[in-house]
Amino acid sequence: MQRITLLSPTGHLGFTPIEAESFYRGVEREPDVLVADSGSCDIGPYPLGADQQHSPVEWQRHDLELMLVASRHLGVPMIIGSAADTGTNRGVDLYVSLIQEIARKHALPPFRLAAIYAQVDREDLLFRMRRVRVRGLAGRPDLTPDVVERTEHIVAMMGVEPILKALDMGADVIVCGRSCDDAIFAALPIRRGFPKGLAFYAGKILECASLCAEPFMAKETVLGTITHDAVEFEPMHPAQRCTPSSVASHSLYEREDAFGHALPGGYLDLRDCVYEQVDERRTRVRGARWIDSAEYTVKLEGAGRVGERAVAFAALRDPMAIARLDDVVGWVRQKIEERYGPSGEETYELFVHVYGRNGVLGEREPTPISCHEVGIVIEAVAPSREQAIEIAALAQRNVFFARFPGARGTAGVAAIPFDEVLPARTGYIWTINHLLPLEDPLELFPIRVIEVGTPVGERRR
Amino acid sequence: MPRLIDLATTIRSKNAGVDQITFDILFPDEDSYQRVRDSGVITAEVIASLYRIPLDVVTHFSYVDSARAIKFTLKRSRPSGSPGERDVFGSQQYPPLFDIEIPFL
Repeated sequence: MQRITLLSPTGHLGFTPIEAESFYRGVEREPDVLVADSGSCDIGPYPLGADQQHSPVEWQRHDLELMLVASRHLGVPMIIGSAADTGTNRGVDLYVSLIQEIARKHALPPFRLAAIYAQVDREDLLFRMRRVRVRGLAGRPDLTPDVVERTEHIVAMMGVEPILKALDMGADVIVCGRSCDDAIFAALPIRRGFPKGLAFYAGKILECASLCAEPFMAKETVLGTITHDAVEFEPMHPAQRCTPSSVASHSLYEREDAFGHALPGGYLDLRDCVYEQVDERRTRVRGARWIDSAEYTVKLEGAGRVGERAVAFAALRDPMAIARLDDVVGWVRQKIEERYGPSGEETYELFVHVYGRNGVLGEREPTPISCHEVGIVIEAVAPSREQAIEIAALAQRNVFFARFPGARGTAGVAAIPFDEVLPARTGYIWTINHLLPLEDPLELFPIRVIEVGTPVGERRR
Repeated sequence: MPRLIDLATTIRSKNAGVDQITFDILFPDEDSYQRVRDSGVITAEVIASLYRIPLDVVTHFSYVDSARAIKFTLKRSRPSGSPGERDVFGSQQYPPLFDIEIPFL
């Protein structure tokens, strides 16, 4: 085979629904595989920690329906990564059942579905940690048993190997648990003999679909075509273009390093990439190289519960109060401490975000305050929901009653748009962002094969 | 004196995993890219001082000629989406870069 064309309709399946028009324009080009990633650690630790949906199931069903029906009509594989936002077993099973429903609804001819799981059992990980070192990423210390113990759910990010295995088993449709987004694109090209460097590079650029094209548009379809020595990218929305600049800039997107990315089993080296405009809307890239690593590692993600949360809001308009913001916040903290003692991980935490001063950047904000009003978001974290609500309420009321020198308003110094506390979701933190070495790239990722669809004989009945 | 916002067409920040935020500054043409690169006013030290962080919080800094880009990565002070954390996507960390002044060579 001389070339292979990959269709990417979305950077996060189900996050907002796929735009159908450019999708069908891409389908008309008869791609060799339809691929979409459905998860990310971008969404924060809550969905993994609580093993909950982040996107509505209906939007996920919409995107899966579009892709599954097209994939079965074209007779080409469909590969979905990081099912249902986090890639836990629950997410994989949800997508399996959605695919079964969609197949029934459209009376699709029989096909083989492979579900690849990626959730890691705490006991299994603790057992492995007796034998291997689990290195921290981004300066984190090595993983220790106590951190594993306070982690609610753990997933491992699979490389191409489990997907290759599922293809070998004859899968037409593959639903992966947590997976490396480059790998879900790279699997089929690698299986058909295309160079690994080009296959992973195509994955890196296609993983967010139309974000590799200009002008900025999300959820529009893009095609990537791999030949023996290059990858070409073409957007399916008529107003978008893939330019050397848009593709090169996307090669930097969401990665720490400009010149290469570590992946399960190796490293994608971008230093020799050469970008060439093919025509007005297509760009060709040569020179991406794959370097095998000595050790095969997969990234582990885990989230653990911190406490229950409650949120309240107060606003200041009084310039004397704004000039004395530190006093206002200090007063609030003092009153909370008087009643609940010093804050800490075991007791409670109180966060006071002052919008108008440094609500976004916190201690990294270089710009001095310059506005006539500020908004204060109070976030309380405590062992129980009732305690969190109580602390947030007391903090909000003490913004109202804040004492500071020079105050003129003696009937309250804060505007309270809603005199209530909003109970928030349970607080979680990313406890695990580590690399686990594996002896076999398949060992953490069991595959379940399911025959879906109505056999021809039964359909006649 | 022109500022970075006058010369760069994209200035963005975004998560690179749960513990880091990466910044990409992209230029529309070779001239503007080389002018900023050769001015030497954007360095890891300048970034650290702008954001009031120790230099070792800047875990990557590079000029990327093939993409006409400056890229750097900062460690977060706490993992994305933790209670008390302010920017779950890391998508609003770039604006202080706008005002960096770029001298004429």
